[in-house]
Amino acid sequence: MQSSAFLSRKEMIGFALLAALIFIVFPMMLDSFRLNLFGKYLTYAFVAVGLALCWGAGGILSLGQGVFFGLGGYCMAMFLKLEASTPENTSIQSTPGIPDFMDWNQLTELPVWWQPFYSLPLALFAVVAVPVVFAFIIGVAMFTRRVGGVYFAIITQAFAAILTILIIGQQGYTGGVNGITDLRTLLGWDIRTDEAKTTLYFVNGVLLFAVLFAAQYVRKSKLGRLLIAMRDQEDRVRFSGYNVANFKIFIFCLGAAFAGIGGAMFTLQVGFMSPTLVGIVPSIEMVIFCAVGGRLSILGAVYGALLVNWAKTTFSESFPELWLFGLGGLFIAVVMLFPNGLAGVWSEKIEPRLLALLGKAPADKSAPDGAPAE
Amino acid sequence: MQERFILKVEDLTVSFDGFKAVDALSFYVEPNECRVIIGPNGAGKTTVLDLICGRTKATAGSVKFHDQELLTMREDQIVNAGVGRKFQTPSVYEDLTVFENLELSYPKGHSVFGALVFKRDTDVRARIKEIAETIFLADQLDEKAAFLSHGQKQWLEIGMLLIQDPELLMLDEPVAGMSVAERKKTAELLNRIIQDRSVIVIEHDMGFVADIATRVTVLHQGKTLSEGSMERVQNDPKVVEVYLGH
Ligand SMILES: Nc1ncnc2c1ncn2[C@@H]1O[C@H](COP(=O)(O)OP(=O)(O)OP(=O)(O)O)[C@@H](O)[C@H]1O
Ligand SMILES: [Mg+2]
Repeated sequence: MQSSAFLSRKEMIGFALLAALIFIVFPMMLDSFRLNLFGKYLTYAFVAVGLALCWGAGGILSLGQGVFFGLGGYCMAMFLKLEASTPENTSIQSTPGIPDFMDWNQLTELPVWWQPFYSLPLALFAVVAVPVVFAFIIGVAMFTRRVGGVYFAIITQAFAAILTILIIGQQGYTGGVNGITDLRTLLGWDIRTDEAKTTLYFVNGVLLFAVLFAAQYVRKSKLGRLLIAMRDQEDRVRFSGYNVANFKIFIFCLGAAFAGIGGAMFTLQVGFMSPTLVGIVPSIEMVIFCAVGGRLSILGAVYGALLVNWAKTTFSESFPELWLFGLGGLFIAVVMLFPNGLAGVWSEKIEPRLLALLGKAPADKSAPDGAPAE
Repeated sequence: MQERFILKVEDLTVSFDGFKAVDALSFYVEPNECRVIIGPNGAGKTTVLDLICGRTKATAGSVKFHDQELLTMREDQIVNAGVGRKFQTPSVYEDLTVFENLELSYPKGHSVFGALVFKRDTDVRARIKEIAETIFLADQLDEKAAFLSHGQKQWLEIGMLLIQDPELLMLDEPVAGMSVAERKKTAELLNRIIQDRSVIVIEHDMGFVADIATRVTVLHQGKTLSEGSMERVQNDPKVVEVYLGH
């Protein structure tokens, strides 16, 4: 019979290795500037993990995850901006006490929908709730009409474009193309110092593991197997008695929630949020992180986000105009040569050799996840 | 009081761009009846099943299952109401194991939340084991469905239906494409599982049909050509002409 353990032995090793890397190796090896940079990379991992479930397991390719990342990030940024815009800090404005960009745009009053963001609990709630509500609306509209595949991908892409245009256009309410900048403190705690950034890096790491565990739970539940069944034989799943649309809506909302948390952690660690993180290009990049990591693997998604972003920083420092071509090339190479990404290279090439070196039997290929327990 | 018919199909019509694949078809299925639908290729047999189980939307007519109108229901609602369907080509979840295939068909935990908290308890395991033995796959439980033979996939799909325990079972050419040995085993299996429920079977194998049918409906160009006992249908000159003659 089958094992339904939460983590198989191999997965346990994978989680432990990643934890060691994030909580021990990076903090020991990197200076605080680089650590903060890696913290930023890891915020994209939240999105990639969500995509591993949505796209890898469920076959739902969203090219608009930047929307949810951005919404989460903006919710956090709005709270921080309000805290930074005290009447004392903004006394030179014609209307003190409102964010600077509102004042520049001749707003004389804080818009009503900004008001809840004076409260941290409400803002934190919004970080998850706003992306989820958006995903829910898109999901209901698309999945109950059985829009899927390429059409769904294109529509999500359109949402990313629309949201970017809206944010840029409504400068007085959103900070426009510059985004929401000059964020300073969180409940009086200065988030710009090196110590604060290091602390936030660890908070980010802990949250990422919470998300990974949640994703692992979903993968291991019957819902996880249903996703795989839906990806391959959607029609058949209906005739097993499941309302396919509901499951797609759920997993899409879950991916949005993960992305929202990642966006909020981006804002906190990097100190701003802007429409450049919402649009079409970042949304596609996020899919590439997931593909490079191996779209079936949630741990692979984290490594994909780390590796591609590290490469991006390294290359775009020296050849900024070549990066986009590099990224495109990388994507094509992964799809053609390593369809299972880093995770595939690991489990097909490295792990068997490692196990052989350690004197263990080679990996049992027929049961990669749930090795027989009885 | 026991109702007279479990399924009432009346004036069922579907038109694909003007072509009527099923044309004002009516038939009635009694409880515990085994109805066999035969007919030449393209007669509309598969389409009838598609219409009953909600896969294709009807243009006109009515399909009542226990006085519930099926034509306005979603596929999963129809399944959960007690109608199971086996497809003409074996359709199982290739990336999942035999165990997982059966588990997904087990009639519990079909809501999102239900699927998240679904536990493989002893009842589930016992039932899956029982079904696996019935469908000759007890030793393949941990094997991926992709590695099964064509015949084994057919059995697995039958097992996936059995575990749903439907009141009305619809089978589309269940012995097609099987080896002689597999065919014999399947006939045996089907004979066992069609007890105590209503069944609609599409089949070309006349020996097999004679063996299981309570009544036979002959379909031709979307319409009933003849209906009745196997004997009666076989001796109907119209049937001999369009179907049995060649
Ligand atoms: N979705 C569709 N769109 C257009 N035409 C269709 C569609 N489905 C079926 N048809 C047509 O309807 C007719 C009946 O097809 P159906 O599959 O029901 O036949 P059948 O009796 O099951 O035949 P077979 O014995 O070959 O399985 C065929 O002419 C087919 O081409
Ligand atoms: Mg057919």
